[in-house]
Amino acid sequence: MAIIALEGVSKTYPSSVGPTEALHDVSLAVEQGEFVSLIGPSGCGKSTLLRIVGDLVAPSGGAVTVNGKGPGAARLDRDYGIVFQAPVLYEWRTVEANVGLPLEVIGWPRRERDQRVRALLRLVGLDAFRRHYPWQLSGGMQQRVAIARALATNPAILLMDEPFGALDEMTRERLNLELLNVCRETGATVLFVTHSIAEAVFLSSRVVVLTPRPGRIERVVDVDLPQPRSEKTRALPRFFELVTLVREHLVEDPALTAAGSPAGEVR
Amino acid sequence: MRPAREYLPVLGVFALGLLLWEGVVFAFSIEFYLLPAPHVIAATLRQTYPVLLESALYTFGEALAGYALGCGGGVLVAALASRFPAFAGLVLPYAIASASVPIVALAPLAIVWFGIGPGSKIAIATLMTFFPTFVGTLRGLLGVDARSLELMRSIAATEWQVFWKLRLPHSLPHMFTAFRACTTLAMIGAVVSEFFGGPMKSLGVYIKSTASLFQTRQSWSAILVACVLGLTFYLAVTLVERLVVPWRVGEDRAGA
Repeated sequence: MAIIALEGVSKTYPSSVGPTEALHDVSLAVEQGEFVSLIGPSGCGKSTLLRIVGDLVAPSGGAVTVNGKGPGAARLDRDYGIVFQAPVLYEWRTVEANVGLPLEVIGWPRRERDQRVRALLRLVGLDAFRRHYPWQLSGGMQQRVAIARALATNPAILLMDEPFGALDEMTRERLNLELLNVCRETGATVLFVTHSIAEAVFLSSRVVVLTPRPGRIERVVDVDLPQPRSEKTRALPRFFELVTLVREHLVEDPALTAAGSPAGEVR
Repeated sequence: MRPAREYLPVLGVFALGLLLWEGVVFAFSIEFYLLPAPHVIAATLRQTYPVLLESALYTFGEALAGYALGCGGGVLVAALASRFPAFAGLVLPYAIASASVPIVALAPLAIVWFGIGPGSKIAIATLMTFFPTFVGTLRGLLGVDARSLELMRSIAATEWQVFWKLRLPHSLPHMFTAFRACTTLAMIGAVVSEFFGGPMKSLGVYIKSTASLFQTRQSWSAILVACVLGLTFYLAVTLVERLVVPWRVGEDRAGA
């Protein structure tokens, strides 16, 4: 059974000029252990879709199942961890206290929490920075802290909303590889929103292409690149074919044709 | 602490100011009761300090009591208001408006209500410190960004946890900005209230009675003591801020 199942999901926002339809009749099933990317032009509702799965936004219609239950119940059971485009670290907390926040909220005892946090920081390669404050870290390091925090409760699902969109290309590619390592080690299912075609193809087992507002599924591209992915993957002819295939299905959008640069998304 | 080259210029300017003061008084032969030269004030202070020390401690006690009540009350009411936004919306406009009311103007009335003793001074100091603390704290508690709240929701935190782990720490820098400003306000509140009546051994009464007898050297020595006291109070709160809000100090230094 699918770990994330969307059936005819729609979302309409009220606005001063009348209701705006952000999502229209989206149906999607994500299997356990899959890495599924959502890609589409700015304002196509891909972030909204992710937030519906995370019970941060309520759908206007349709049925959502997350880990075999409603999204609200899944959220309360901490079935998912979320990473936003901004790291959203609390500036008054050190790196380790930020990563430990979800465990603190559950009420884990201090010693177990410390052990778990140390293990997570080793996983993202930040063990040496555990006593630093967020402002002392680079953008890429901050985002690694956010990933470690999202993994704290060992969730079955990882929701990622353009997590690397604000980083430079080199940092982004390195974190792409690290993320795949993390997924292999944790076995988490990932739902990943991105602006970058190359990033979506490189990371995913499937790429879901959405249309401009209202967002509908234009096409689902199966990514049959060999596992595990590595630096070499980006040089494979098949990689370029898939990138081209995704691009052809993306409806023209100036923000994307300009070398996949992330534009300010309208939510 | 900071290297010498950071505070030496500040001390230099201070010394230069004193020198200028001396020079002006000497050059224009200003009468001592209009403006005594710094060295005259210093000499007077040597005679008056036993009385002044006692008076200063008394006045500072009033200021501190009012400060504690005003700041404590401000934080508490702000916490309540953040929990009940409708209440906050109702109260905040009045709180902001009240910030422009000259509260010391109530000092004569405070004596009618709370008597000539410390009660009336504490009441004025409390009033003067309550609103800035309330407004500053509430702004910090409610000014949490949407993503931080979404994160809390995603990890299924309770409202109580959102308050303790997000709103309150986020508000601390705002609170301390208010706490620092309130040190001066509490001192002003206490001293000015004493102008309208109080025990002989208090700074306000001392300044008022010596000035009315043209014993301005004595008045100036008391003003000096009040300044040092206010400054010490301010610095003490700044020191506490460094301990309680260490991340903010570091960020400021990094220029973030």
